[in-house]
Amino acid sequence: MDNKEKKVEVIKSATIRFTGDSGDGMQLTGSQFTSTSAIVGNDLATFPDFPAEIRAPAGTVPGVSGFQLNFSSEKIHTPGDSPDVLIAMNPAALKANIADLKTNGILIVNTDSFTDKDLEKAGYKESPITTDLKNKYQVIEVQISKLTGIALEEKNLSSKEIDRTKNMFALGMTYWMFSRPLDPTIKWIEDKFKGKEDIIEANIIVLKKGFHYAETAEIFISQYQIPGAKLEPGTYRNITGNSAIVLGLVTASYKTHLPLFLGSYPITPASDILHDLSKYKNYHIYTFQAEDEIAAVSAAIGSAYAGGLAVTSTSGPGVCLKSEAINLAIMAELPIVIVNIQRGGPSTGLPTKTEQSDLLQVLYGRNGESPLVVISASTPTDCFDVSLESVRLALKYMTPVFLLSDGYIANGAEPWRIPNTDELPEITHNQITSFPEPKFRPFARNEETLGRHWAIPGTPGLEHRIGGLEKDYHTGNVSYDPNNHEKMVHTRAEKIAGIANDIPDQEVYGEKKGKLLVVGWGSTFGAIRSAVENFNEKNPDKKVSHAHVRYLNPFPKNFKSLLESFDTILVPELNLGQLSFIIQGNFGIKVEKLNKVKGRPFTIQEVQQKIEELIQ
Amino acid sequence: MTIALTKKDFASDQDVRWCPGCGDYGILSAIQKTMPELGIPKEKVVFISGIGCSSRFPYYMNTYGFHTIHGRAPSFATGVKITNPELSVWVITGDGDGLSIGGNHLIHSIRRNLDINIILFNNEIYGLTKGQYSPTSERGTVSKSSPYGSLEAPFKPISIALGAEASFVARTHDKNQKHMSDIFLRAAQHKGTSFVEVLQNCVIFNDGIHDPVYGREVREDNTITLEHGKPMIFGKNNDKGISLDGSKASIVDITKEGLDAVSIHDENRENPDHAFVLSRMMQPHYPVPMGVFRDVERPTYETQLHAQVNQVEREKGEGDLKKLLFSDETWEVK
Ligand SMILES: Cc1ncc(C[n+]2csc(CCOP(=O)(O)OP(=O)(O)O)c2C)c(N)n1
Ligand code: SF4
Repeated sequence: MDNKEKKVEVIKSATIRFTGDSGDGMQLTGSQFTSTSAIVGNDLATFPDFPAEIRAPAGTVPGVSGFQLNFSSEKIHTPGDSPDVLIAMNPAALKANIADLKTNGILIVNTDSFTDKDLEKAGYKESPITTDLKNKYQVIEVQISKLTGIALEEKNLSSKEIDRTKNMFALGMTYWMFSRPLDPTIKWIEDKFKGKEDIIEANIIVLKKGFHYAETAEIFISQYQIPGAKLEPGTYRNITGNSAIVLGLVTASYKTHLPLFLGSYPITPASDILHDLSKYKNYHIYTFQAEDEIAAVSAAIGSAYAGGLAVTSTSGPGVCLKSEAINLAIMAELPIVIVNIQRGGPSTGLPTKTEQSDLLQVLYGRNGESPLVVISASTPTDCFDVSLESVRLALKYMTPVFLLSDGYIANGAEPWRIPNTDELPEITHNQITSFPEPKFRPFARNEETLGRHWAIPGTPGLEHRIGGLEKDYHTGNVSYDPNNHEKMVHTRAEKIAGIANDIPDQEVYGEKKGKLLVVGWGSTFGAIRSAVENFNEKNPDKKVSHAHVRYLNPFPKNFKSLLESFDTILVPELNLGQLSFIIQGNFGIKVEKLNKVKGRPFTIQEVQQKIEELIQ
Repeated sequence: MTIALTKKDFASDQDVRWCPGCGDYGILSAIQKTMPELGIPKEKVVFISGIGCSSRFPYYMNTYGFHTIHGRAPSFATGVKITNPELSVWVITGDGDGLSIGGNHLIHSIRRNLDINIILFNNEIYGLTKGQYSPTSERGTVSKSSPYGSLEAPFKPISIALGAEASFVARTHDKNQKHMSDIFLRAAQHKGTSFVEVLQNCVIFNDGIHDPVYGREVREDNTITLEHGKPMIFGKNNDKGISLDGSKASIVDITKEGLDAVSIHDENRENPDHAFVLSRMMQPHYPVPMGVFRDVERPTYETQLHAQVNQVEREKGEGDLKKLLFSDETWEVK
């Protein structure tokens, strides 16, 4: 083709997956592609997938790192079921990912890495790039390492430094393929390597070379364009679930005028919350890296006792350790937000993979009758709102609140319309400086909310003692009276149950009654919503509805009647049926289950298929 | 005008429910007596405890108090002190609470050097759970859970505190109101974590366990009172002394070797070696030291943390929420 202005196809959306060895910089390549796609106005969703070992042997399947991104000119809810384009930097990456590639999809391989040694490490006897493979996919073989080397031939760089830039070559090629601009990444490179001029130059050269190579070598049949999506007007940025929680908490600190205290102990996939908050010291944020989870949550409760906005962040195994202290916070009626970024279990399970299997743990995993509030986030951006809501309820009701997220939304990103913080409401709390009666009663309650007063040390005249032993309903002194205990158990339960009056009714997507309601919670939102949308589009006469539950304890007031308005309830979960169990137990309503525990999110297809099965 | 407080102002209206004769009464009394001397209003005082007989302590103080969970009091105290450094924070713990289940938190809070006072009541037994051997019980202790004698080597609380980089370490016992009170005062005045071991008698499950140390008859021969800058002398006739030589402590007969052979006690020694040697002195070979083993200055955790927050604020300017939300790459959708 002599006409360089070759065919540009306008398409609605595409899914691309970058894969390579964990040392190949695929996360970075993916996140750059994400930023650029966001800047050109696409809606998007990402799915970074890390290996569990930090340094699995290079070139092996356990060492493969991947980053999938779905970008679209329309509103989308998931990172896409299966990629249209797969970039495999080595044989192991090919092996681990090829099964997911769409038939006739584009496979770009770095053939330089298909040496005998690397093939063997990946467990291939001979090169997998066969006629069969080529018949099934559009295979594009590129000597990425070699071309990168040539591009930097004249530069005075070590072979290691050169090799490190080869991800930019891959990025450049895909930028051309999808008609993306290079400028945002060039600017990013300049910022990131500030002071290392030769590295900046090398990365930019390689990025451009990748772009030009794709343009001139005519390796792709077409070039694609994905116009911007019609998003609500406003200023946007990309945000991951974990950073949305961080920003939500900082915002909550402003809205409560309380200093934020985070007690935490590192654990995947929650550590980023500790890392990020530790950076924001100038926002009056006090972060404390404790010696373990018990100390982390205990310090947070100590902070709550002293009047701080107390938060602790962890994942399932950490929650196990924190349980006893959380029970103390329930008994002492102190406000604290416990962020649980769930991952595969039991025990250390699949530390880098996602799962939703801590619901029963956070609801019931403590001794005694110990009710608390449980809220779940369904998308990365939702994490922001849910953080604010957790703080609001904790402070108003003087209770621990569990905020459930998971590895999938924690690391996944999507565009976020930055809210106008002036328009966000102030968050009130129960701190008092005096008491109407001569003798302070620490467990005197607000009649409506049943939340107790928050008298903090340092306040004259309100000296009092609290703790884990049962307290007399009236005086707040230690009491072993059986009737009093029963009354207190009921009171604590009623306090939490009463929160149902303070939260919105359960929303439904679609009709409010009918044949099938899909009920989900947490990160399954995108797959369920897309599956329901797809199904309804295909079957206009058999509409299915979707209710995604944010408040898991207490449930919204209308939840039961909503469930009763449908013939069938389907509950897809990344566990063996925990919400199903609760619904069946609480409401005596039989539900259909769809469960997956592979450390991976649902695909849209999986949910859709189940819907189709149930609605013939 | 501030009204001077008295001991009574620090007693709560709750009945004190320890067994009659329990050593805890004496400790409570000594702390209540010390409080007015600190010149701190009682609303600024917080007692935080774990679980055990000793940990019921906060209920009996007319201050702020938090009776928490077994072994974790130092961690709760950490959160309190970070959030409000102006409070005078006291941690009350037992040998089981502080050294068994809470050993980890105890050493780490000492290491961090928050300005808190940790008072460990050592009765070498579990009181509240009715008489099991504890981490400080002598090897061979016969108890409910060790009918044939315990097999474990005991912890020496002071050695542990020193090993955890303690900046203030002291020992006292429940039979000496004056000494306890002096030590508590010193602990409160120390900026940084103060660790005080109080030898305490449990009349029910371990009665008289400390008698070989401070029993009326043997007290003068079997204890030695440490005083900064003074020679380490003990004995009924003040005729014995301690000589510290490297890692070894030896008993000196002053009548024979003279006062010069006796070492001078130096609490402020940066090097904890002498304090450590003293912490290993016990019956029956040595007199048991009472008083301050170590008192050195180290920056406190909360001052450093707050200074860091201020420093970052000076460098970066006060946090601006909008700026933060709009940081990172942003774009406009019209
Ligand atoms: C998690 C937990 N484990 C065990 C206990 C039971 N328990 C309560 S107090 C105690 C030991 C207390 O001994 P010590 O600290 O020496 O205090 P003392 O009663 O002798 O003052 C134990 C094992 C508990 N309350 N919580
Ligand atoms: S059991 Fe022992 S330590 Fe506990 S109150 Fe009685 S005497 Fe005191």
